[in-house]
Amino acid sequence: MTVSVERGIQTLKEHIDAPVASFFTTCVHCGMCADACLFYTETKDPKYTPIYKLKPMRRLWHQEYTFWGKLAAKLGLSKPVTAAELKEWEELVYDSCTMCGRCSMTCPVGNDIVYMIRKMREGMVAAGFAPEGLKAATKRAITIGSPMGVKLPALKNQIKHIETDTGLTIPVDVNGAEYMALLSSMEIMNFPEYIGAIAKIFHSAGISWTLASDAFEATNSGIQIGSSDLAAELVARVVAAAERLKVAYVISPECGHAYMALRWEGPNLIGRPFSFKVIHILELLDQLRAQNRLPVTGKIKEKLTLHDPCQIVRRGGVVDEPRRLLDMVAADFEEMEDHGVMNWCCGGGGGVSANERASKLKLTAFNRKRHQLEALGVNTLITACANCRITLEEGLEFNNMDVVVLGLAETLAEHLEQQTSSSATTATQ
Amino acid sequence: MTSVELLIWVRGPGLQLSLAAFILGMTYRILQTYFLGRAKNLAEPRGSEWVHGIKTIWWRSFFHPGMTVRGYFTIISGYMFHLGFIVTLLFFDQHIELFKSWTGLSWPALPPIVITVTAVLGIAALVAVLVDRFADPVRYLLSDYQDYLCWTLTVLPLVTGLLLAYKIWLPYTSLLTVHIISFELLLVAIPFTKLSHVFTIFIARWYNGAIAGYRGVQS
Repeated sequence: MTVSVERGIQTLKEHIDAPVASFFTTCVHCGMCADACLFYTETKDPKYTPIYKLKPMRRLWHQEYTFWGKLAAKLGLSKPVTAAELKEWEELVYDSCTMCGRCSMTCPVGNDIVYMIRKMREGMVAAGFAPEGLKAATKRAITIGSPMGVKLPALKNQIKHIETDTGLTIPVDVNGAEYMALLSSMEIMNFPEYIGAIAKIFHSAGISWTLASDAFEATNSGIQIGSSDLAAELVARVVAAAERLKVAYVISPECGHAYMALRWEGPNLIGRPFSFKVIHILELLDQLRAQNRLPVTGKIKEKLTLHDPCQIVRRGGVVDEPRRLLDMVAADFEEMEDHGVMNWCCGGGGGVSANERASKLKLTAFNRKRHQLEALGVNTLITACANCRITLEEGLEFNNMDVVVLGLAETLAEHLEQQTSSSATTATQ
Repeated sequence: MTSVELLIWVRGPGLQLSLAAFILGMTYRILQTYFLGRAKNLAEPRGSEWVHGIKTIWWRSFFHPGMTVRGYFTIISGYMFHLGFIVTLLFFDQHIELFKSWTGLSWPALPPIVITVTAVLGIAALVAVLVDRFADPVRYLLSDYQDYLCWTLTVLPLVTGLLLAYKIWLPYTSLLTVHIISFELLLVAIPFTKLSHVFTIFIARWYNGAIAGYRGVQS
């Protein structure tokens, strides 16, 4: 056994806590989690059953924490977890799991399977088994500051364009601002309209905000690959900037894993509570709505639906906010059959979209969303995660589907009351 | 040792030993799990762990939206064999007599024909889940020796009890001995196999609900 595999197994052991032990003890191998996983439902391959993806970790738990398992291991009667097995499981743990957590909602005995996948990834990456695409993204995040390699000059360039388009100033490094906004690289490069949207809304609402030149990136590849050390390093950069600028809030952008990384894992990763609050952009927009600081005009008349980003909704708890916000600007908003905390993932979360090897499987998994959209017969899909958005657009294009994907913040900005631009008119037609 | 002497040992010291193994083993299993602990969550909570933990213990007992045929089969067959087993165990007059001799407590028994029905339903559901375990590629892939061992240990007391009630197969004394031993094996196995889910299911569901509830999600 190599040193790295030993390290991986040791890491896995260290991650077996009371919840994990209770989950493995209680699993009755009923297989109901299979029906909750889009990688199983769209392929019918039993190996994609969520709990099966944890088989090496389960055996390790059995050998370390059960009477018969310990006895059998001492007598040499049980098979140790090997490098070959971990290598084989790499595809199951990374390519065929977006960490969407739908399986955790359906297990009859209550197993939080994605809680364990997150831990399994810690062991996998410590043992050296992770997809090359995700390794490269993580390396770029650590060395450059962005998983897509986006540097400050690129952001500044986008800011210049947005300032020209909107006539507003995008504040950078403003000491004492109330809010510090974060962005995902995907937003900077693919959907810069998000930056313009929040600038317009914040200007309209009179919000004091800023970007940080040394910590504008919100996505956290460390969480996706499963390395707490690297994830902590990325969170620490945001914390340092927020504390330097003395902001009261840090705004997580329209990105699912960014919210998970900062809001729910962040303080645990750096080992102390934050001195500021983390708020998702949808939570903030909903607060503005409640305070009548988000005046909108006109409604989109055509039927549309909402794609729930898993990490924001099911794993993050921001469930009703996007619905209340969408109701402000949509005349015919219809939910998909499975929505909210029971939504189906886009297929690209959890690092899958950064893993080129998984692209074919990701497109197969997209069929679940395709069926949902076809059942509704909509041509407009709203979401609140840049990674979901790019995955959805890719899937729609692959399937030649005529559906437009829009970000929720940008849709709201287009309907801001004081705005008289032609874009709002176009959207309401 | 004669067959009568064996029966006396089995229903006396044998039963006491298996009960002790069950209680001590299960206590050890639960404490061992508890003391593994979990890291304190430093993120600011949005909801209550306890409230959502308790709710999840309750709500996971029922069907959930979007359930497939596999799900309905699992829940229905699961209820059938669990209820069949428990009703047969607790409401058969001779079992109640045994409980009364230990504890002094007793309660009304169900008529023998009803007990026959509950036992048969329990066995039928267990046979169905076993057949399905081989027929369903997902369950077949997941299954290991414990699934088959636990199935055998669960069905044996029901089958031997039914044979005993209708005086089929072995002489009464021998069959009663086999029946009691089958129950004792089940008792001893519970803490050391996945049968311990009869208790840990509440812990697992609580953790699931608590993890989600902390973030303000009802799981």
